[in-house]
Amino acid sequence: MKNSSVKLTLLLFVLLAFAAAGCSKKDKQTSDNKKSITIKGSDTMVHLMSTLAEAFMKKDASQKVSVTGGGSGTGIAALINGTTDICASSRDMQQKEKDEAKGKNVNPVEQKVAFDGIAIVVNPENTVKEITMEQLKKIYTGAYKNWKELGGPDQSITVLSRESNSGTYVFFQEHVLNKENYAPTVKLMPATSAIVQSVSSDKWSIGYVGLGYTKEGNVKVIPVKKDADAPGVMPTHETVLDKSYPIARPLYLYFNGDPQGSNKVFLDFVLSPEGQKIVDETGYITLK
Amino acid sequence: MTKQRLKARIIKYFLQSCGSLSIIIVLLIFLFLFKEALPFISEPGIGGLFHSVWNPVSFQKEEFGLLPLITGSVLVTLLATLIAIPFGIIGAVYISEVATAKEREVLKPFIEILAGIPSVVLGFFGLIVVAPLVKDIFGLNTGLTALTGAVLLAFMAIPTIMSISEDAIKSVPIIYKEASLALGASRIETIWKVIVPAALSGIVASVMLGMGRVVGETMAVMMVTGNAPVVSFNPFTSVRTMTATIAAEMGEVTFGSSHYASLFWVGIVLMLMTFVLNLVSYRVLKKYGMIDK
Repeated sequence: MKNSSVKLTLLLFVLLAFAAAGCSKKDKQTSDNKKSITIKGSDTMVHLMSTLAEAFMKKDASQKVSVTGGGSGTGIAALINGTTDICASSRDMQQKEKDEAKGKNVNPVEQKVAFDGIAIVVNPENTVKEITMEQLKKIYTGAYKNWKELGGPDQSITVLSRESNSGTYVFFQEHVLNKENYAPTVKLMPATSAIVQSVSSDKWSIGYVGLGYTKEGNVKVIPVKKDADAPGVMPTHETVLDKSYPIARPLYLYFNGDPQGSNKVFLDFVLSPEGQKIVDETGYITLK
Repeated sequence: MTKQRLKARIIKYFLQSCGSLSIIIVLLIFLFLFKEALPFISEPGIGGLFHSVWNPVSFQKEEFGLLPLITGSVLVTLLATLIAIPFGIIGAVYISEVATAKEREVLKPFIEILAGIPSVVLGFFGLIVVAPLVKDIFGLNTGLTALTGAVLLAFMAIPTIMSISEDAIKSVPIIYKEASLALGASRIETIWKVIVPAALSGIVASVMLGMGRVVGETMAVMMVTGNAPVVSFNPFTSVRTMTATIAAEMGEVTFGSSHYASLFWVGIVLMLMTFVLNLVSYRVLKKYGMIDK
């Protein structure tokens, strides 16, 4: 009974994957003898992965790569369920997920491909100059409700976060909130662009976005201090690499077993100087 | 003779199975929902659904209280209905009773276009245009509120309410109108005191159907209501609806986990709500004699 419903859901996923792959197939003949690669996962990485995929396909016209988002959790679930070749994830796999993978005979192999800093953004009209990790935690757990408490004007704080299926949500919860719960009043936005949009128009809101998104919209990135005495640090290439910026994370690709065939060719491309140049151009931090 | 009877019987069974197909589908959906939701009763316990914290992803303790989601959906739906009713009904009256043939020719297609706008497009419009407007008009810090969602949902409910109400008003026998006018009632009196009351059952049904559309709507509300799971009946706070919760969280849950089962409970509650709405509108129609007993 149980098994059949799982199969049915899987079937649905497979159909969806086919539909997604079908959209990107330009040349049917080559795709018959060459397997097309599907990449699924982190919304933060969608822009990066699709730019990489485009460059990869331009370089070798016989290769087909299709990229979809949905969140790191979605991508990891897809890798475990065998509906994607590569999973793009902005957090590492949890033990629970590794156990599940083992149960389904999937052997996830992790590969770091870039770094990302999570920028704290506010409206340009906000006068707050910098923020400590402690203050951030208090804002997102609901202890601070007013900008007054951070030395700003007497205005209540509109706190914006990603949805719980986002890798950024879990990373932020783990590293900034020290695994505490988000306050129930935190607004959960379905996409990073929705956060950027809201921060651009709402004067007293605060949000977190991947570094690649800070160039969009009308938002101000504010420096973050590790503690009250530390200097405020802006998220940049250097500060993420030398770890002085406190909210940074590696971005991963996960494979089922050691990458082979097309998967390996693609991974080699991503790690090559050419691929890393694209990482830099799209606003992320290269490995070196 | 027997051959003919056999043929008739086969055709009868075929038609019967077609007719009962929808019942079977509904029953199967209910069965499926309950089957997936069932493990929740033994694992975290059914009591976990009856409190006011929805926090399914946590390093501390996962909580699956449905209350904030239910109040969120109810608040947005009621607000949307309140906004849509006057526009829908007055619009229907205008189109069927007052407008000239030419006006009608222009108005009707536009209402149908409004009904056909994809909800994600409407949600995008809401995020960029309606949310800042709501924020400015009411002097709030953010436009991501239940009210913003309700305004968008009203856009979706209005075409439903308008076109079904219009049909109901049109089906009022012309002699009612003629009699009223002949007795010296003015045009406006005839409309509000004779025609609209006569069409009331159809109008009520249209409102119920509009509500049904609103309760089930997902994408537009997800984009503009802020999705914060708080129990509140204040239109200026942000709320998390049941539909948005299922849509946002279904993709990442692991099959068979408590979180997975709890989302099926959300689905069951949602389905019961629409079921009750349909039942009530059926009763209303029956009372006013629009459906054969």
